[in-house]
Amino acid sequence: MTMIFGIPLQAFLGQLLIGLINGSFYALLSLGLAVIFGLLRVINFAHGAQYMLGAFVAMLMLQYFGINYWFALFLAPIVVGLFGAVTERFLLSRLYKLDHLYGLLFTFGLALTIEGTFRYLYGSSGQPYAPPQQLTGATNLGFMFLPIYRGWVVIVSLIACIGTWLLIEKTKLGAYLRAATENATLVQAFGVNVPVLLTLTYALGAGLAAFAGVLAAPVYQVSPLMGSNIIIVVFAVVVVGGMGSIMGAIVTGYMLGIAEGMTKVFYPEASNIVIFVIMAIVLLIRPAGLFGRDV
Amino acid sequence: MSDVIHNSSATSTASGRTERSATASKTYAAFLVIGLLLLLIAPAFLYPIFLMKLLCFALFACAFNLLLGYTGLLSFGHATFFGGAAYFTAHVVKEWGFPPEIGILVGAAGAAFLGLIMGFFAIRRQGIYFAMITLALSQMFFFFCLQASFTHGEDGIQSVPRGHLFGFIDLANTTNMYYFVLGVFLIGMIVIWRFINSPFGMILKSIRENEQRAISLGYSVARYKLGAFVMSAALAGLAGGTKALVFQFATLTDVGWQMSGEVILMTLLGGIGTLIGPIFGAGLVVTLQNYLATSQFPVTIITGVVFMICVLLFRRGIIGEFYASRLGRKLGFEHRR
Repeated sequence: MTMIFGIPLQAFLGQLLIGLINGSFYALLSLGLAVIFGLLRVINFAHGAQYMLGAFVAMLMLQYFGINYWFALFLAPIVVGLFGAVTERFLLSRLYKLDHLYGLLFTFGLALTIEGTFRYLYGSSGQPYAPPQQLTGATNLGFMFLPIYRGWVVIVSLIACIGTWLLIEKTKLGAYLRAATENATLVQAFGVNVPVLLTLTYALGAGLAAFAGVLAAPVYQVSPLMGSNIIIVVFAVVVVGGMGSIMGAIVTGYMLGIAEGMTKVFYPEASNIVIFVIMAIVLLIRPAGLFGRDV
Repeated sequence: MSDVIHNSSATSTASGRTERSATASKTYAAFLVIGLLLLLIAPAFLYPIFLMKLLCFALFACAFNLLLGYTGLLSFGHATFFGGAAYFTAHVVKEWGFPPEIGILVGAAGAAFLGLIMGFFAIRRQGIYFAMITLALSQMFFFFCLQASFTHGEDGIQSVPRGHLFGFIDLANTTNMYYFVLGVFLIGMIVIWRFINSPFGMILKSIRENEQRAISLGYSVARYKLGAFVMSAALAGLAGGTKALVFQFATLTDVGWQMSGEVILMTLLGGIGTLIGPIFGAGLVVTLQNYLATSQFPVTIITGVVFMICVLLFRRGIIGEFYASRLGRKLGFEHRR
């Protein structure tokens, strides 16, 4: 059997794949955080909760309305995005003129409320969500078996990441968004409705989180706790990448996911904390983060 | 958080201010005496364990407020110091047979050490990043506690003996224990009070108000921030170590991120940047938890909703609102905007 650094190739590639999948979720979530932070200057603590909501909406739609995975992949982000838009419009928008920390505290409260409600209604244990029929099974790549759904997750999240990047960097809407990030007052003076732009941005971020949630539902179990488990890691990812650049968030997400997977191969005990350790090292060497501009 | 903790009353004249603060210090003294008396006789009316829990959390919240209210740093990782100290104290008291007073000191010292490490990394960034870094590092400590052998993982350190204070006061007796906890609490509060009114504390306030100016005045801001962080961690550890003796166990709950959130809520609810506000905040939260513990309704929902309401409508907190109210101003308190 082929060995890499004394590890069977099979196990090595398996963990690499798991790392890549985790990295996909980190990338999608830190991307959403970066988009929201870029314009709203709010760290969205509820991002994890919105991710969890995405998974739950998909599961409940299947249970009650028989809506399958493919529709859920579009509908759940819309539902959660709408919820996000309402939250932003009526609550979060009141906090913009205050210190940014209030935004963090508010969304923390929101996250606790959502998580608490779902724990109350559905218990803390996870519930399975079957992947769609078209994506079940595995394919033999010659050197390893690739579960099709996992390959799908990696590809789709890459597409979603690049799509968001294109939306922000290459479209007119994205240009407004970037302009408003630089100077909101000036953009408003040019006749752009900045408050609506803010709402849209928050909805987009929440929708992205929900999209990641639907993708994650068949991989992990659908549980009320799935959001808070991942959001703290994503925060570390964001600290490492710096929230200055969208591409930075995406690249860092994948890199750290893979680093985590590799640690699982070589030193499993540390796999939980490796991202935090990397964060600490980056803080020592480059306090602004790998892609960050401001300290 | 400059808008909460902005010493206002710029309009009041200097003489008016001295007059006011003279009234204020009289009022303070009166409240202090009443408060102390209440705390001394409280065990006759209320369940002592509940009171001790309240005092531990009150001290924890006040220690946290030292950082948020007086230095303007939002730490999302204070559970590390509270829960970490609980583990340290529980371990040295149970496994090594240390007396309780030394055990608590070991807990506080351990928390201070953890604070030194976490602070060293966290002060490299500001604002929101500071909060995220402390949260991430505290989660790392959580995973450490989950896997380390001395913490006994999910079980925690159970049946920690309370021991004898100074070798002859039996703390297994609840009344003795209560007065011991009260003593620790008062010592902690005096330290905090002394600290924020020292030249060091004044510099911290200047950092909170305008960091750039403090730098340009020649203060080594990073060092002061680190000092405040370690101080806050040590006092949080004092509270955590004491709590381990009160409940006679140390578990993962105390190092989880929810605990860090709880202490933020206590401080926010009571009044950020007020000396005694966090005590009231802690009192409310602990009472609420006790009340809801018997019901089916999860505390998290209430905590989350209270959090949102506080941030949206009630940013000054209970004591801050009181200071700003007509009665508060009449009693001579400076209201903070």
